[in-house]
Amino acid sequence: MKTKFLNVFDPLKNQRVELMDKNGKVLNEKLMPKLSDKQVIEAYKLMNLSRRQDEFQNKVQRQGRLLSFLSSTGQEASEVGYAYPLIKGKDWFVPGYRNNAAWLTVGMPMRNIMLYWMGNEYGSKSPEGVNSLPPNIIIGSQYSHATGIAFAEKFKKTGGVALTTTGDGGMSEGETYEAMNFAKLHELPVIFVCENNKWAISTPYAKSTKAINIAVKGIGVGVPSIKVDGNDFFAVYAVVEEALDYARNGNGPVLIECDTYRLGAHSSSDNPKIYRPEDEFQDALTKDPLIRIKNYLINKGVWDDKKQEKLDKEQDEFISNEFDYAEKNKNYPLEDVFNFIYAEKTPELEEQYKEAKEFFEKYPEAKGGHH
Amino acid sequence: MPKILNNVKAVSEALDVAMDKWKEVVVYGEDAGFEGGVFRATEGLQAKYGEERCFDAPISEALFAGLAIGMSLNGLKPVVELQFEGLGWASLQNILGHMGRMRNRTRGKYPTPVVIRMPMGGGIRALELHSEAMEAIYAHTPGIKVVCPSTPYDTKGLILAAIDSPDPVIVFEPTKLYRAFKQEIPDGFYTVPIGEAFKIQEGNDLTVVTYGAQTVDCQKAIESFEEKNPDKTIELIDLRSLKPWDKKMICDSVKKTGRLLVVHEAIKSFSISSEIIASVNEECFEYLKAPLSRCTGYDIVIPFDSGEGYHQPNPIRIQAKIEDVLNYKF
Repeated sequence: MKTKFLNVFDPLKNQRVELMDKNGKVLNEKLMPKLSDKQVIEAYKLMNLSRRQDEFQNKVQRQGRLLSFLSSTGQEASEVGYAYPLIKGKDWFVPGYRNNAAWLTVGMPMRNIMLYWMGNEYGSKSPEGVNSLPPNIIIGSQYSHATGIAFAEKFKKTGGVALTTTGDGGMSEGETYEAMNFAKLHELPVIFVCENNKWAISTPYAKSTKAINIAVKGIGVGVPSIKVDGNDFFAVYAVVEEALDYARNGNGPVLIECDTYRLGAHSSSDNPKIYRPEDEFQDALTKDPLIRIKNYLINKGVWDDKKQEKLDKEQDEFISNEFDYAEKNKNYPLEDVFNFIYAEKTPELEEQYKEAKEFFEKYPEAKGGHH
Repeated sequence: MPKILNNVKAVSEALDVAMDKWKEVVVYGEDAGFEGGVFRATEGLQAKYGEERCFDAPISEALFAGLAIGMSLNGLKPVVELQFEGLGWASLQNILGHMGRMRNRTRGKYPTPVVIRMPMGGGIRALELHSEAMEAIYAHTPGIKVVCPSTPYDTKGLILAAIDSPDPVIVFEPTKLYRAFKQEIPDGFYTVPIGEAFKIQEGNDLTVVTYGAQTVDCQKAIESFEEKNPDKTIELIDLRSLKPWDKKMICDSVKKTGRLLVVHEAIKSFSISSEIIASVNEECFEYLKAPLSRCTGYDIVIPFDSGEGYHQPNPIRIQAKIEDVLNYKF
């Protein structure tokens, strides 16, 4: 297959695909993906929505109304960039846990995402027509799951591609290597994304690996690998679009490193100020992916402050309504604790369920937790 | 036509029947394709069904289980072979952390009906980590079913039931019994229901519950005991399914005999026998004529071949325990 990116940009030379500079100026018109203004605006709106949801969730988490959550702030271009070209209902998204913008893009309802962070399993059930697995807390293993999904796609000849993602920390897990090795052996339609945001909780990239970049980690197992500016929506989109095409046409897996930066904390209970150099953070702020694509749209004359103001207002209202729904629906009945362990309850489980039911009917106040 | 097969051939027969019946069954593991695995359990399947459906996997046990999760939630029926139980612990992360949980965390949308088969137990003069019996870890895990057949009939029937199951099932195959004896088994598709025990023999004075390789040891011990004590009869039950397990059959038996001995080679503490004894205590306390008892391996690292005889229950140890339980006086 003729490619514009794969096997052209060499990760061994630390080459990186960049299509737009930090002010939103296009650097390479020839390599730009063919997207209409409407599509770019739609992508931008998803990025903006995720950013505002992060801000909102930070606020309500401090009020004790969310258990915890892992913010995507700073990684929106990467997440929307790789999730936007996936075909809904056909391709698969197999996430890690820091993927808010990507979830919104693949069609996960915001209320589900909020339910999840409130500690409700219904939040991780994707709706019909959305092939998304739940967040993966044990990082690394999602690469294996995506590989299995891709094996089934190839086996059934259903034409879907699985896209999975982890962070630079996740690439220290042996399973990522095992999965890429197998996927290449069987030439499976799977895209391995690593969002290199430079920090694994408080461990910097330099203390996780001596590799010059993440993309080189695919080379050892024969997987075409590429590094892309993860704060550039167009670069990520274009490379993923080509990789999807490549995988869908039977050429096997691709590893994509999205070179980005985690602007927020690891989780809502983490404080990056105690380990992150301030100058590094200030520099990262100048490369904010949201500002970059917004500048692009303004330069093009299709976006302005008034539109932004209107969008922010609409999105804040939407976020608030979704949160109200989630908060009102976060509890479920006792049955649901027992109902989904097996296809049918085992005799032991049936017995324990009856015992629990009788107990909680007699002592409703015994149900602990934050209810 | 019925066939006369040993346990390992019954495994092959079950997989052959399953692959013929369900086109979505995929079999893989280390050397499981061309050579048919270290015990030849998958011998002939690649030749018959092709490399796409039966293949060698690279040595990456964490991947095996994770891969199966993805395959199963996307419509396939993977049957994974781990070469030896003790060599497959890297797969535990996916079995415990994902396979047992995926149905629940997606509220039923993505069940993971995976089958993982592994040779287990000692008595085969193997090197270290080839004789483990850690079934309690798996039985302890919500969302997982665990079976351990001891006869060719049950091996075929339980493996087919496992592949037919909508839930993930771990199949422990006692290595010592792979080629220990043969049995006539029916041709074609049949299942042994998961969760039902098998009564090997009826008796009135003591219930012995066991599974795996110890079914044979128990039979020997009971035969020898009954020869010397013609006035006593012992009921012997092969559990077959470790989770869910047949509490009803065991409790009905204990209510009749008033005594229970559980036998297994796995480590004593926090084991299958711990669960059975605790449950029988809850259900049958007023019927008991002696403390509920067990004959098991010790809480030790499984010894190499030279020390293995100290660890595993054998007919002499089992018989001594039978005598202790029957001679117990309040």
